[in-house]
Amino acid sequence: MAFPSDRRIEHLLRRAGFGARPDELAYYGEMSVPQAVHALLDFEAIPDAVDDFIAQPGFVNTTIRGQFLPQSNIVDARQRWLFRMIHSDRPLQEKMTLFWHNHFATGYTKIAGTLGAAEAARYFAAKPSTDPARVQGQIEMLRENALGNFRDILLNIAKDTAMLVWLDGRTNTKAKPQENFAREIMELFTMGVGNYTEDDVYAGARVFTGWNLARPGAAAAGGQHYEFVYNAGQHDTAAKTFSFPIYGDGGKTIAARGAADGMQDGIDLIDALAASPITARYLATKLYRFFVTEFGAVNVNFVQRVASVFLRSRGDMKAVMREVLLSPEFWDESAYFARYSWPVEFVVRALKDIGWIGFSVNDALTPLSNMGQILYEPPDVAGWDTGPAWFSTGAMLARMNFASTIAFNQKVKLVSAVKAANASRTPDALLSYFSDALVTAPLDGGVRSEWSNYLRATGAWTGSDAQLEAKSSGLVHLIAGSPEYQLV
Amino acid sequence: MKVTRRQFVKGGVAAFTVTFAAPEFLTDVARAQGAHVRNLVVLYMSGGNDSLSMVIPYTDPFYASRRPSIAVPAGQVLQIGTDASRKALGLHPRLTGLKQIFDQGRLALIQRTGYENQSRSHFLGTDIWSTADPDNAQALGWVGRYLDSLPSPVDPLVGWNTTGSLPHVLQARTAVPAIANPAGYSFSSPNAGAEAAAERATALRIASHVPVDRPELAFVYGSSRAAMDTLDRVASVATYRGSPAYPNTGFAQALQAVAGAMSRSVGTRVFYVTTGGFDTHSAQNVNAVGGAYFNLMATLNDGLTAFYNDLRNQALLEDTLVLSFSEFGRRISENGSLGTDHGSASVMMAMGGRVNGGLYGTAPDLSPDPRNPTLENNAADVRYETDFRSVYAQVLENWLGTDSVRLLGGNFRKNGLAFV
Repeated sequence: MAFPSDRRIEHLLRRAGFGARPDELAYYGEMSVPQAVHALLDFEAIPDAVDDFIAQPGFVNTTIRGQFLPQSNIVDARQRWLFRMIHSDRPLQEKMTLFWHNHFATGYTKIAGTLGAAEAARYFAAKPSTDPARVQGQIEMLRENALGNFRDILLNIAKDTAMLVWLDGRTNTKAKPQENFAREIMELFTMGVGNYTEDDVYAGARVFTGWNLARPGAAAAGGQHYEFVYNAGQHDTAAKTFSFPIYGDGGKTIAARGAADGMQDGIDLIDALAASPITARYLATKLYRFFVTEFGAVNVNFVQRVASVFLRSRGDMKAVMREVLLSPEFWDESAYFARYSWPVEFVVRALKDIGWIGFSVNDALTPLSNMGQILYEPPDVAGWDTGPAWFSTGAMLARMNFASTIAFNQKVKLVSAVKAANASRTPDALLSYFSDALVTAPLDGGVRSEWSNYLRATGAWTGSDAQLEAKSSGLVHLIAGSPEYQLV
Repeated sequence: MKVTRRQFVKGGVAAFTVTFAAPEFLTDVARAQGAHVRNLVVLYMSGGNDSLSMVIPYTDPFYASRRPSIAVPAGQVLQIGTDASRKALGLHPRLTGLKQIFDQGRLALIQRTGYENQSRSHFLGTDIWSTADPDNAQALGWVGRYLDSLPSPVDPLVGWNTTGSLPHVLQARTAVPAIANPAGYSFSSPNAGAEAAAERATALRIASHVPVDRPELAFVYGSSRAAMDTLDRVASVATYRGSPAYPNTGFAQALQAVAGAMSRSVGTRVFYVTTGGFDTHSAQNVNAVGGAYFNLMATLNDGLTAFYNDLRNQALLEDTLVLSFSEFGRRISENGSLGTDHGSASVMMAMGGRVNGGLYGTAPDLSPDPRNPTLENNAADVRYETDFRSVYAQVLENWLGTDSVRLLGGNFRKNGLAFV
């Protein structure tokens, strides 16, 4: 069980991570706020050994069918990512990876339908260190660049195998330009709808003609794979004109250039989009909603400041996130618990708060689907519908029922913890214990007394093991399933 | 005043202060005496349906020439006659069930529906179709506004969304439950017996709270409350099995739940179902068995046909109107990936026991002449002939019995659209 130390550290870890394990609270709790922010930002200093702990005692379980193969089995890849969210000592890296996954939302099913299930999992989750052809899956690329340079991420995404299938870039040729990627790179990845024209989409499609896939590598030992290729013969070499500036001098036209050099067209457009003040504001607004608050109007000052750090630093996301996490808006009292948790945030935080020993992350996958979030399977390229949209009745029930599942799973351990903390003597001692362990947004009036009444509802307090099992698990179910616990 | 989504969240508290009432059950006796309710099933075909592959102008020479690899051969279409412009039309060959329903006069196809400067963005486009408001795509959904216009107190099961999250069409101040799977829509507990009952009673009492001055928290409370209040009625639907049996697709299973809710008279009036995969930029494969678009048509046809026959067997067909939409149609000429890119106007379907079936509006002339008045965007896309809001207006007035001008913010009534 986790217990509160410093409200500010908890707030920081709910946002820059997925809540806090007891050891995380102890570690960051000894730091000042700026120290903790820098420790989260400079995560390269912390060894990234978390995947080695899979299937080791003391960690959450995974469910293994034959072999655990996250690089070729999407269910295992999902398990591994949840494992990382719970146990990584680089919480901000995982949080930013999730942010980018939603931003560059790519769905597994279409890739699997095109390339087959095992190859599709590979292009999301393969790590170069273990892949026979050193393939790096999309999410691994996003993780490596979690706080890297935005322009680099955008260029990597344009060349990403899964993306080239997802938005059909692999079939973009000069005879038949493909608009899908060109539209979404402007609408969703950089500037936002309303900041480009239909003609820009057509020009963008021509810019990326020839950005296709090749299949090199020896067939033996899994070396054969798909990867980006610039196919000069399929590039439209004519000039392309946009409604917005492409070059520093305000020029809006990418001049005609020979096919051999034609890949530069796409790089010019990516550079322009990454350096655009409109992109800077679009991203700053998205970061505000993800890290600071979803309540009330977007804070214009914040957007202005973060956008200008983005532009000054030429898209250095570490500098940008330093500004976000040290901003007065982030630390304002009104920002505490002012976000609707995403399903994975809720699930991982509940496991960190309640306990994970003896629970398999595999058993969180169906509940997560019922809550509306399947990792590697955003509903479309716009990502998940967040905020209140997470809270349909069915999804709310799924959250309450997951709280029940984990409370049931941890029943016996909850009793040991209560006894060790000497919190079993009265219902109120039990209530204090668990409401400290599962921190929520301020409770609505009367909720605490409802919980207290529940503890007294089915008979006199004896403190017997049987009663402690029933009441501890019942109370944990009610707290983690409460509306207040859903806010982070 | 238009209510935006942000105001909806902010103003959510007031919405949830109403007391939920017991639904008006239509008893079997009443039904036997001929009483009818009017259920609306909104069907969203997500991704942008290539309606030229669904309702096919197979005699238009440019249909085949502009789609050399994905046109359906004229000999294979299911002929459904000619429209007012004397254009011969045929359904996709896999739509055999829908063809029968068409022949029975219970399927209306409203051609070239859309709006001026139609958005080619999936997201903005869906928002516009969902709100019926191109100028304020953040507004509440058009069906949501209808639910909000019902006399309060509004029962939380008045709407039933068969997907996991709330679609924009149903965004309202009234909470609409999301019931993706009625069997999973239950309250579980780590305990059994009296302990479990005590937890449920506590959860229900807490969910009845209405937090004051905390609209976002109140919104979560509202979902919690609506969930608790609908559990038992939804459980009664979970065991429903239609006849004939439904296919094992998500779409057909959702329709089975809809039929179950109607059959068990749980009080729902508006349902939302969806079938996806219509964003066929590549390998559209219209003709091959097992091809992408062929499968889309199979899922659509088999789900709707099972639903239609099940309702007919239960004498519920006259109570039901299915209305389809998609965010846009697709480009006329195929692209280099053997698919089609985002386009403009498309075909809407209306199906039900009191539908006046047939072809409404006229098909496009596919000639690539830039002056062709039935096309737009240099004759690349189909130009709309009937504003989609005219279709909504017809449904609002002639099916739901409400004032379309107020709900749509303007008079979109159109003559010749009496499909219901």
